[in-house]
Amino acid sequence: MTAFFNTTVGMSYDWAWFTATIVGILVIALPLMLAVAMIIYADRKIWAAMALRRGPNVVGPFGLLQSFADGLKVFLQETIIPSAANRMLFLLAPIITFTVALIVWAVIPFQAGVVLADINVGLLYILAASSLGVYGIILSGWASNSKYPFYSALRAAAQMVSYEVAIGFILISVVLWSGTFNLSGIVMAQQSTLGLHINAFGINPLLFPMAVMFFISSLAETQRAPFDLTEAESELVAGYQTEYSSMSFALFWLGEYANVLLMCALNATLFWGGWLPPIDWAPLYAVPGIIWLFAKILFFFFLFSWVKATVPRYRYDQLMRLGWKIFLPVSLFWVFLVSGVLMWLRVGFQS
Amino acid sequence: MIQAIAFYLFAIVVVGSGAMTISSRNPVHSVMWLILAFFNAAGLMVLVGAEFIAMLLVIVYVGAVAVLFLFVVMMLDIDVAEMRAGVARYFAVGLALAVALAAEILIGIGAWEAGGVKISRRAAPIDSAVPNIQAIGDLLYTRYLFVFEGAGLVLLVAMIGAIVLTHRQRSGVRPQNISRQNARRPQDATRNVQPPVGEGVEL
Repeated sequence: MTAFFNTTVGMSYDWAWFTATIVGILVIALPLMLAVAMIIYADRKIWAAMALRRGPNVVGPFGLLQSFADGLKVFLQETIIPSAANRMLFLLAPIITFTVALIVWAVIPFQAGVVLADINVGLLYILAASSLGVYGIILSGWASNSKYPFYSALRAAAQMVSYEVAIGFILISVVLWSGTFNLSGIVMAQQSTLGLHINAFGINPLLFPMAVMFFISSLAETQRAPFDLTEAESELVAGYQTEYSSMSFALFWLGEYANVLLMCALNATLFWGGWLPPIDWAPLYAVPGIIWLFAKILFFFFLFSWVKATVPRYRYDQLMRLGWKIFLPVSLFWVFLVSGVLMWLRVGFQS
Repeated sequence: MIQAIAFYLFAIVVVGSGAMTISSRNPVHSVMWLILAFFNAAGLMVLVGAEFIAMLLVIVYVGAVAVLFLFVVMMLDIDVAEMRAGVARYFAVGLALAVALAAEILIGIGAWEAGGVKISRRAAPIDSAVPNIQAIGDLLYTRYLFVFEGAGLVLLVAMIGAIVLTHRQRSGVRPQNISRQNARRPQDATRNVQPPVGEGVEL
């Protein structure tokens, strides 16, 4: 796109790059907002179906416009800032959550070559950005100057920091296998895994346990059920967002779902072939890669909803135990295992 | 052009937020300014082409160290008046430290102006086409392998030391036995009864 603005429109290279990047950001962010609205609707419909209810069915055909009606409602409401709150940080917190949920999409490859920033440290960028997500929650809890949000912020911080460690090790085993931090490179490395004509690291018996652990960790990282202790309504009212109203609440809400979609996209990209078709068979490549990616994202989103609708909430000590005593040692061991196997396969034993 | 704008933006924000870190009254605000400074420092590193270091700065400092800072600072109950009194008492020490640091920077710049140090075994400059993750990895795992592993060992010892120092065996507590909890089945814990009408349940 930079070339288009440079030659066709006739801008200087710098400004062509700048305009192309802005356009690219809008092309990703605006549909993402629409997707978030629709995914909230889908989420509610899926829970409703699993609970034998109807779910949203009033606004628009099949209730399709429910999320937009909700959005309009919060947009028109008054923003209430508690008088004891720390005003600046109180307003900054939802902005951080929302921004962090959006910036990671810059490195997600939607198709061969279709990625906003094709950087060679893509996976590190994702780790860096996802480690920022915790700030929105900590700050909202602290700035609200209220008990339940503060408890929730402490829980959230401990939870996200704990699971990030395991996620880091899981990602390292993927990086070891594919030999690159670039997400497009990781997708391409999954082509015909183990020569079985299936495009997914997930079918590799060494990486499959990592895929499962990554899925569970991504539930914990996005604070979805069964790890939604930060907004456990029976203990903490609404958790860190208790004091928020109107658009500041909506930004948390959008950010949360944008994060969920992002984690689904990462599950699809890192372990299940990203924009490659599931089977390495030429006619399937006729379907655009973005459709395969979206299908995989939706599949993982369905799993997220399914878990939320069926699994009871963890106790806090169980959550910490799972993170530190099970996931961390297993993923650490797996890094050794994977690197050992790779040494054996690619370098061989030397006497 | 864009690089120049970006450089001045990042540089100004780093310096400004650094100043705000030490001058803002609320310690939580200080930590937030510090995080902003880390961020913009990462931006500067991206500009000079050190993207790996930039990402590490964000992951390690912003993602882990500053979270711990924030955690601690959030819990503190800080009395500004008491801190004011402390400023007067430690003013001399602080001034001495500031002078020492400034002198070191000046000496360092002076030495750099005078020309590089002659070191007998230097690493050859790495081709700029090699991504810097790969370049750092090559150096760390070949030339500096023992130093690298030594540093890892030091960190491990520090970690174990911190755990040993702070861990104390408490008596008289009844911790949860998780494996027993997990092994428990509904039929061990519950009893299905069908009491006749008007009799109630025997407990």
